[in-house]
Amino acid sequence: MIPADSAIQFDRNGKLKHFLTISGLPRAVLTGMLDTAESFAGFGQREIKKVPLLRGKTMVNLFFEPSTRTRTTFEIAGKRLSADVINLNAARLSTSKGESIIDTARTLEAMHTDLFVVRDSASGAAHLIAAHLPDHVRVINAGDGRHAHPTQAMLDMFTIRRVKGGIKGLKVAIIGDVLHSRVARSQIQALNTLGAEQIRVVGPRTLIPTEIETMGVAATSDMREGLRGVDVVIMLRLQRERMDGQLVPSEQEYFNRYGLTGDKLRYADRDAVVMHPGPINRGLEIASDVADGSRSVILQQVTCGIAVRMAVMATLMGGSEERP
Amino acid sequence: MTAGLVIQGGRVIDPANAIDAVRDVYISRGKIAGIGRKPKAFGAAQRIDAAGLLVLPGLIDLCARLREAGEAPLDSETRAAAGGGITRMVCPPDTTPVIDTPAMVRMIQSRAGAGGFARIHPLGALTAGLGGERLTDMALLMDAGCVGLSNGLRAVENTLVMRRAMQYASTYDLPVFVTPRDPWLHGNGVVHEGEISTRLGLPAIPEAAETVGVARDLALMETSGARAHFHLLSSARAVEMLAEAKARGLPVTASVAVHHLHLNETHIGAFDARYKVFPPLRTARDQRALVRGVEDGIISAICSDHQPHGADAKLAPFAEAAPGIAGLETLLPLTMRLVDDGALPLPTAVAALTANPAAIIGIDAGHLGVGAAADLCLFDPRREWTPGADTLLSSGKNTPWCGQPLRGKVTLTLVGGKAAYRDPASGG
Repeated sequence: MIPADSAIQFDRNGKLKHFLTISGLPRAVLTGMLDTAESFAGFGQREIKKVPLLRGKTMVNLFFEPSTRTRTTFEIAGKRLSADVINLNAARLSTSKGESIIDTARTLEAMHTDLFVVRDSASGAAHLIAAHLPDHVRVINAGDGRHAHPTQAMLDMFTIRRVKGGIKGLKVAIIGDVLHSRVARSQIQALNTLGAEQIRVVGPRTLIPTEIETMGVAATSDMREGLRGVDVVIMLRLQRERMDGQLVPSEQEYFNRYGLTGDKLRYADRDAVVMHPGPINRGLEIASDVADGSRSVILQQVTCGIAVRMAVMATLMGGSEERP
Repeated sequence: MTAGLVIQGGRVIDPANAIDAVRDVYISRGKIAGIGRKPKAFGAAQRIDAAGLLVLPGLIDLCARLREAGEAPLDSETRAAAGGGITRMVCPPDTTPVIDTPAMVRMIQSRAGAGGFARIHPLGALTAGLGGERLTDMALLMDAGCVGLSNGLRAVENTLVMRRAMQYASTYDLPVFVTPRDPWLHGNGVVHEGEISTRLGLPAIPEAAETVGVARDLALMETSGARAHFHLLSSARAVEMLAEAKARGLPVTASVAVHHLHLNETHIGAFDARYKVFPPLRTARDQRALVRGVEDGIISAICSDHQPHGADAKLAPFAEAAPGIAGLETLLPLTMRLVDDGALPLPTAVAALTANPAAIIGIDAGHLGVGAAADLCLFDPRREWTPGADTLLSSGKNTPWCGQPLRGKVTLTLVGGKAAYRDPASGG
């Protein structure tokens, strides 16, 4: 059965129309996207970096929360597919006064937008917009609160596939602030769907959400246990505000226990790679020499972001009918 | 209407008087004049055929919010209450402005009385402006008509102030209504802490936000002599704690919102804000424990926790959407559904809507004894209807049962012997 938060992503014929969450997407859809991304991956090196796939289509980057990296890679991806790309860094009042998030999206839709890329600080914002726009409009979730960041998870899967040859059978550790991480939630769903053998989340109990096991992971607070024999180490960003909320006592203690250092990395498989969705807090969740070291694929992740986002757009928009 | 009225052939259910039988109900001068036996010198001018219908005491809803009490829509809500068979509703003090002065109490009552629909029994604020610092003039609030005191959803954080408030309230034997909630643990949470909050990434409210509140206020009431009513319970653990307190003989009562007996966190699905309520919907296990709590009498009253909202209030990301369900008109059908499902015995269910809440607020109502005010409703248990914008009288259409067929509907409500609601489709 398709979970309730996933059903809205499919059209009447079962084709993917929005990309809001990894939850409920069949393996074939994910591998199809990764294969498409592969075909776009060499693009950056070409003389002419464009294909006319989205020519005449209008794409709006509707970002209610600041972002540089994600917004820029979406913009480049859209332009390489020949879409007209508009960037809107909208501020929004989180009260019923002022223009609602739905009104903003509807106004832009009235200007003939075909594709929205939405980021918001509230979980469920992209779902809300998708539910209130007409049928022919597509929505991509570029991060909603703590809920999901599906394109980030897909570019991570793409990176892992490239360096490890596949996801099936891998052991993966996700380390740090899982509680506040939309990236971790989407990664867990993608890794499970693509057949990872074991997913471990590691962190102090204040940063591991209750009943996380129901998402198909094992939780531990011990780095040695969490890292033992893993093929992939994914570090999560720890926002410094968490210290104010008494979730973590100090940077020093956090780095001591959960910061990834060369010493701790030795618990992992000797070919293990290190990933981070960025931006990095050096010396807080990861030591500089590890972030910049030979096992790190952090910059590759950024590069892969463009091809993967092109693939997501192509999947949603490909074969869509012309607007009347 | 000085001439009598007789309701004929209905099945009268009056738990307070241990009646469940087909009886004629005689009404004269706004009062019950006889049940099953025609009083002497009764000239019935009007007959109402109630064959196949249930005749119930008018419902008493222990928690119904009226939106801005100082502004317009009082009538629409007291009328909607009558449409749901409710003849008296208890209104928490967290209105705008707050019910913390006798003048405010009188204003609400006079405006509600003018409509001739359901009566309103306000709860007075426990502390001025619900600020948790200064006690209100409780005795004067009582004189003005308050049936109890409450700080709404806002906990009195200072435990000494809470203890003094309970002690002072007990001077006048006023019940203190507590919605148990530790403000720090509740924080900015919007759903129960568990599988759903984890999967959807929504700020969570742990069970402890409720149980810490219950534990604290039980300890305070035990040493202050106050009568406490724990309002809107949501967790299995809280029911256990109250069972224990009752077993020790504390004068404590409890109530639950009817939606907590039917729904749990899984209904939230894909961020469906219609299911956003405070306290939050918890697990299926909690839901079952609450139903059992009603069956066992630990929870003696079921209320609507009515909160009407305009359409826009729910059109926001889940965390920002307004909490609450408009529940006046579905209170009785949803409670009766628990009877149909075999979860509650019929007398228990009816008592939880009538005699028990009357006892909690200490008023002579919620029964059909001779001499009582003729507040009653007729309920057609077979009538199917669908709540929706066209059928609901409340200004709020924000209910998850919108568009879902329900069985059972109120066809007539009398307040003081006068029709406060008549179902248009019944021709009665």
